[in-house]
Amino acid sequence: MDLLRFATAGSVDDGKSTLIGRLLYDTKSLFTDQLEAVEAVSAARGDEYTNLALLTDGLRAEREQGITIDVAYRYFATPRRKFIIADTPGHIQYTRNMVTGASTADLALILVDARKGLVEQSRRHAFLCSLLRVPHVVLCVNKMDLVDWSQEVFERIADEFTSFAAKLEAPDLTVIPISALRGDNIVSRSDNTPWYDGPSLLHHLEHVHIASDRNLVDVRFPVQYVIRPQSTTVTDYRGYAGQVASGVLKPGDEVMVLPSGFTSRIAAIDTADGPVDEAFPPMSVTVRLEDEIDISRGDMICRPHNAPDATQDLEAMICWMDETRPLHVGAKYAIKHTTRAARTVVRGLQYRLDVNSLHRDESATELTLNEIGRVRLRTTVPLLADEYRRNRTTGGFILIDETTNRTVAAGMIIETR
Amino acid sequence: MSQTSTTYRVSHLDALEAESIFIMREVVAELERPVLLFSGGKDSIVMLRLAEKAFAPARIPFPVMHVDTGHNFPEVIEYRDARVAELGLQLVVASVPEALEAGLVREPADGTRNRIQTPVLLAAVEKYRFDALFGGARRDEEKARAKERVFSFRDDFGQWDPKNQRPELWSLYNGRHHPGESIRVFPLSNWTELDVWHYISRERLSLPSIYYAHEREVVERDGMLYAVNEYLAARASETPFTALVRYRTVGDASCTAAVRSDADTVEKVIDEVGATRITERGATRGDDRVSEAAMEDRKREGYF
Repeated sequence: MDLLRFATAGSVDDGKSTLIGRLLYDTKSLFTDQLEAVEAVSAARGDEYTNLALLTDGLRAEREQGITIDVAYRYFATPRRKFIIADTPGHIQYTRNMVTGASTADLALILVDARKGLVEQSRRHAFLCSLLRVPHVVLCVNKMDLVDWSQEVFERIADEFTSFAAKLEAPDLTVIPISALRGDNIVSRSDNTPWYDGPSLLHHLEHVHIASDRNLVDVRFPVQYVIRPQSTTVTDYRGYAGQVASGVLKPGDEVMVLPSGFTSRIAAIDTADGPVDEAFPPMSVTVRLEDEIDISRGDMICRPHNAPDATQDLEAMICWMDETRPLHVGAKYAIKHTTRAARTVVRGLQYRLDVNSLHRDESATELTLNEIGRVRLRTTVPLLADEYRRNRTTGGFILIDETTNRTVAAGMIIETR
Repeated sequence: MSQTSTTYRVSHLDALEAESIFIMREVVAELERPVLLFSGGKDSIVMLRLAEKAFAPARIPFPVMHVDTGHNFPEVIEYRDARVAELGLQLVVASVPEALEAGLVREPADGTRNRIQTPVLLAAVEKYRFDALFGGARRDEEKARAKERVFSFRDDFGQWDPKNQRPELWSLYNGRHHPGESIRVFPLSNWTELDVWHYISRERLSLPSIYYAHEREVVERDGMLYAVNEYLAARASETPFTALVRYRTVGDASCTAAVRSDADTVEKVIDEVGATRITERGATRGDDRVSEAAMEDRKREGYF
């Protein structure tokens, strides 16, 4: 059994909560006490139907105001896969939440109402998925029962979305006609859509091929922590602990350590369960090298002929996430990139991007909450960075306000010089 | 690539373990004084195992802390002490009975000490200047927890502000804080109850015996089975009886209920948990039944 993380996007009106409720219910992941609690609250509020949104709206303010504030995580499993859903709300703080949910997602599930077709929000969802490089996108055309299971309606929406997604270099795209309320094409193929020959949603989620989404080519091992036991039984042990960001490491491999540029060979790859023959993402391991080199947290183990750029100058797309202060040119922030911490100054704001029209506003002088733009950054120490499109781990970073300590931006590196 | 894509597979348990180990190493690398909350419950036992793995062959580089309500299951305290000794750890006990004696907190009228744990925990955090607290909470447990971050910021009163959480992207955790503030860290955020049991089985972890089916004298109260013991007496209207039960969660002995079960091995528990239709907190925790937002309210005050 492997693990698939997916993010859902759409508003309550699109039937997103109903869909999640159905996936949980049909995979027996919804518990009777949860359902009873939701039924009781729905009845007390005078809702006409059991409001499955209440399942994920866990906070008092959310239930009182009938809105979803934050990303909620839900879990279900089938015999083939365990699933982690990052359920991102459609209205409030939309971009910030969607970017957060999409950052770790293997797949994004976007819902549209068959009666309405693609709306501005659908395009925004698709754009953010492409910005965050979510490898698989599923468009669920929901409420097909309300358009008489019309193949024509479905195909019109599918075509429109496909051509829009092509402009975004969207990756693997699947479009499925469903009725979340009635359960059509959710767990099994529906008799109501004989013209549809694709998989049901659950079948697709269970079988979509994610193993090759990982970058197994570029060896990138950000050193997280140096393990040096102060013990009388284990002496002279010096191991570099971390999680493999990409590539495959094997004992005997020649490696280069950045930023020093020293080379050595891998002596062993240790885990608490014993040494292993190879390490690949997302394994957490401890690497030992044949030579004693000075290595510390924030350094990167890679290959001599395949290394990230060590650079203090970055071009990046950033999503601004702070409501208290906007981003300004000249402002300084703390930056966290892999296991490396530094400071950075915003050298320039090239443009602000309108996420609906994709128009670039080059006269913009600041980015406020939920705005996205392209910036030029200069850092105090070199970052060991790849382009985000090539590597989601070594290409992503966050900015932190040094006075409030809040996480104020998510960044995706476009160029490393 | 076709060959690699079929070869380099990672099971869901391995992926969860790798993520939890990564989280623990981040904390030790970036924060000054971490501590792991260890109750002797199954989640904290799994967390301790992950800590062991994260820093091997070195010892776990932080102490553990037990918030002791004084209402304990003796099997759990025995287990706690044995495990701490085995791993050579420092154990800090934040004692509710001592805090009652010192007047820091007052015994609630209903006799349950769930809520008064919080000031005792916060006092210990202040005393030892801990700035990172590993907790075993999982997002699948409860709906307020479904919105909790892995690195959860707490102000200098230990409070959680759910509307003002830091966005958490990729695996870039933000542990920055000012003196007096702290971070609660939940390495098991993405684990479910079933994942925990599969891991217990895989790692052959021993657990306090009360997690497995045994006979116990209980009373039925609010639809749940409570053990009759020195902290919980049968009321006049209740008739104690002996039942075959086990505990799905281990908390304060005065408000944690048992469930009917004949699962006396880890395999049988996995089957049982896989088939159950009630959440573990819904089935066993009187403390969560107070209101729709019982957990959220306690978390805001600084609860685990």
